[in-house]
Amino acid sequence: MTITDITADVPAPRSGEDSGGKLLDVRDLHVEFHTRDGIAKAVNGVNYSVDAGETLAVLGESGSGKSVTAQAIMGILDMPPGKIPQGEILFRGQDMLKMSAEERRKIRGNKIAMIFQDALSSLNPVLSVGYQLGEMFRVHQGLSKKAAKAKAVELMDRVRIPAAKERVSDYPHQFSGGMRQRIMIAMALALEPDLIIADEPTTALDVTVQAQVMELLAELQREYHMGLILITHDLGVVADVADKIAVMYAGRIVETAPVHELYKRPAHPYTRGLLDSIPRLDRKGQELYAIKGLPPNLLKIPTGCAFNPRCPKAQDICRTDVPVLEPVTEQDGSPLPGRGSACHFWKETIHG
Amino acid sequence: MADTEKTPEAVDATPNVTEVEVVKAATEEAAVAAIDAPVERGEPILQVRNLVKHFPLTQGILFKRQIGAVKAVDGVSFDLYQGETLGIVGESGCGKSTVAKLLMTLETATAGEVFYKGQDITRLSGRALKAVRRNIQMVFQDPYTSLNPRMTVGDIIGEPFEIHPEVAPKGDRRRKVQDLLDVVGLNPEYINRYPHQFSGGQRQRIGIARGLALNPEIIICDEPVSALDVSVQAQVINLMEKLQDEFNLSYLFIAHDLSIVRHISDRVGVMYLGKMAEIGTDTEIYDHPTHPYTQALLSAVPVPDPESREGRERIILAGDVPSPANPPSGCRFRTRCWKAEDKCAKEVPLLAIPERFAGSDSPAAHESACHFAEEKDVVHA
Amino acid sequence: MPDLTKTSSASEEAAAVAGSTPVITDAGPVPEKPRSLGADAWRGLRRNPLFVISGLLVLLILFVAAFPGLFTSASPTIGDPAKHFLGKPNLGHVFQEDWFGYDGTGRSLYARVLYGARNSIIVGLGVTILVTIFGGLMGMLAGYFGGFWDSLISRLTDVFFGIPFLLGSMVVLNAFTHRTVWVVMGALAFLGWTQITRVMRGAVITTKHADYVVAARALGAGTRRILFRHILPNAIAPVIVVATISLGTYIVAESTLSYLGLGLSDDSISWGSDISDGTQFIRNFPHVLLFPAGALSITVLAFIMMGDAVREALDPKLR
Repeated sequence: MTITDITADVPAPRSGEDSGGKLLDVRDLHVEFHTRDGIAKAVNGVNYSVDAGETLAVLGESGSGKSVTAQAIMGILDMPPGKIPQGEILFRGQDMLKMSAEERRKIRGNKIAMIFQDALSSLNPVLSVGYQLGEMFRVHQGLSKKAAKAKAVELMDRVRIPAAKERVSDYPHQFSGGMRQRIMIAMALALEPDLIIADEPTTALDVTVQAQVMELLAELQREYHMGLILITHDLGVVADVADKIAVMYAGRIVETAPVHELYKRPAHPYTRGLLDSIPRLDRKGQELYAIKGLPPNLLKIPTGCAFNPRCPKAQDICRTDVPVLEPVTEQDGSPLPGRGSACHFWKETIHG
Repeated sequence: MADTEKTPEAVDATPNVTEVEVVKAATEEAAVAAIDAPVERGEPILQVRNLVKHFPLTQGILFKRQIGAVKAVDGVSFDLYQGETLGIVGESGCGKSTVAKLLMTLETATAGEVFYKGQDITRLSGRALKAVRRNIQMVFQDPYTSLNPRMTVGDIIGEPFEIHPEVAPKGDRRRKVQDLLDVVGLNPEYINRYPHQFSGGQRQRIGIARGLALNPEIIICDEPVSALDVSVQAQVINLMEKLQDEFNLSYLFIAHDLSIVRHISDRVGVMYLGKMAEIGTDTEIYDHPTHPYTQALLSAVPVPDPESREGRERIILAGDVPSPANPPSGCRFRTRCWKAEDKCAKEVPLLAIPERFAGSDSPAAHESACHFAEEKDVVHA
Repeated sequence: MPDLTKTSSASEEAAAVAGSTPVITDAGPVPEKPRSLGADAWRGLRRNPLFVISGLLVLLILFVAAFPGLFTSASPTIGDPAKHFLGKPNLGHVFQEDWFGYDGTGRSLYARVLYGARNSIIVGLGVTILVTIFGGLMGMLAGYFGGFWDSLISRLTDVFFGIPFLLGSMVVLNAFTHRTVWVVMGALAFLGWTQITRVMRGAVITTKHADYVVAARALGAGTRRILFRHILPNAIAPVIVVATISLGTYIVAESTLSYLGLGLSDDSISWGSDISDGTQFIRNFPHVLLFPAGALSITVLAFIMMGDAVREALDPKLR
């Protein structure tokens, strides 16, 4: 059922021009927004990477910077007011931030595609679904109108839209929410990209449809051997499909871990708090644990660890020193691959 | 007040629907008096019977004619007991929000009754209706749109007193508003601030304070936390539980998040396409579901625990929810159900304890609208 | 209990609109002081150079219209054709009678421009106020009650939209022999109210479905409270914007009508009729045309610029 096993033997990336091994490597990325009220620091030094065939889940609440990071990768950030003062986004070893607009445009859609939360507003209401799907082939591959339409039907079949041939000329509003999300996925898949960024792809959908769409996405990823960045606030969705998780808070990654490890033994008080604050489906609990306070104001991020005003473990050092993302080890010092925590007291959190 | 035959047992043992003891008030004063009379804990306070709401679909510009109807709510019955939380779950389009609007008399019911302490509120008007509105309050889903951006927090929470001036004398109101802010965990000094100066969770607290102002008996919560961040959801849920104990409130808690509904509810009703599919205590519904839709819904919930997830069976339903304008014949779920047979297309299953469980003590013996109801645990690994 | 009954001031009401919060809402600023949306919009406006310039200009024009006598002692109506026939402007003589030169009957153009402001402003402001009150009420009626009232009012606005504004006012004004400012004002308002009605109707329809209106209904609030406390303050912003911008166009309309001889009667001073007089001397004495035309352009521009700035402040999407 889950797709975690596919990482057991990660084959070499599809394309040969592989430098540095990583499909996408984000290094020390900073993004800020200049607003009337001051500079909002949305992303403050994010590092993460995805391999081909791998699913990275970026978990965070609103204002954590998870979507802004994705927009920076896609190059669809509004600038101004947005600004990237620092950082690198390496796609197959090449820094996309140093590319020309034309080069980036070629990568966008072709190599990296994005799926948005709201399929209805992401599709053009006055063009038929078939036309919008075919557009990718006409623009990027110069196919004829007829050939593009045939391709569109093929894509709709692939994302399992029933009666694709009959429905190819329908308009977006004639499809249900789940079907529209499938069309969005078909669009992202059209040019067989190497990497898909899915920003809350199922948040707007009902639970039963959510399950269908997530399964489709996982299956297609396996089939095409793509990298997938799944951006979400839902700890449940993440548990189902991700290989590894990066938890974001106030524009920083506070914890990284393989999916099983994170739920079993969180190494950051924020992650622990989040896990404890979700009610269980399989038994009736007592009072919920609630993380006190509010998410930080990005115009005035607390000094030291951004989580310190809400943290039950906070000490003086947390208010002065920014904790860096350190590798997390077992009690005896043996390494835990893929795990990291940006907490001064990660040892106490994971082992205590 | 209500059915005197029933012993006020623990909430867990209460049936879904009890007999309604209709109160016939001769005068408006009598009606208001009946509405303000107290109800014992564990007695039914709100009794919904065969509630129907059809939204007509019309065609034509000058001469409008009805070509059909969206059957948003199509015959729903349940009781809400004093002091309990009844959760209503279901996917979008199942009619749960319309039920909330009908109970708030924000929409007019096409058919059916809503008895509040024995009086049918769908037929009330004037002072009696105003008295009901005072006693039944609502908390809205979206804290960003449910507060008037042009009013201060003090004006928003104080507005109920202006509409129902008998509740609090004028000179007392500012202090009352500050008390309410304190009760919901906000600084009373925020009274002059505007909604946009608060975060989502704080705004929802303001919405709750407004709902509490008139000392209501019932609060209808329509997805009260689904627009909030995970870390803030828990705060608001805890606050609502605390307030329920403190003010002796009954909640009708409408949500699509099954985990949260289990956490807060004593009893849970599952809705599908305008009908109640299954209703029972939280244990009955979550640990012993008998309706296939409930089972599919529960099995589809993503659980933040990869280990237990792997052991669980997962039912992935085919297709989407059919349009409520043209629902399937017989059982509405049959088009997506793996158990469907000819009978399901012909006969509408009634919401009742399935025959095979009749008289049994098993937790599976609760009301379920399925011809082939059988127990299946999909939540535990 | 002053805080519960206090409503925000009228200017705040006017300058406020929903949702001027920044994008990063949940983490957004929670400042120490109460800050209404109106105050936010005002803060934005004050920093907008377009608004500052147009606002100062509008203030100056209003002041001139109110007290033209403070700026000159010359009479705008009595001239000496023998002495000053079409006298050239003397740009060095700032604020003096001959600053802008003289017209064909020897009247000081400087005084004409100053006194002409009054009629233009009275007509512009008057029409705007009439149109906003009447059109706004009609729009609220149509938008809130819907059904029969909506059909009736909407069809009525359709009829008025079919009439060309200027042509229509010419026809109406032609029926009057003595056309005072009030007559012109009435004619323009009669033909212009529908624009505001449409804007108001749309805004009310969007607002009446807002959750906070539903919340007020759930509390048992009456129609008057819902309309004036919840809907109007939230629906007024686009009306204010349209009204500010159309104020300029009403001034133009008055001048155009006066130019065509169908506006204010000959005995009242109007930029439009002065422009009309100036056209006959355009070859040799362009200043007779230039100064009233310039005054008209600057006035109209100031109002339209101010409308634009207000729109920007009220509509966060344009930021």
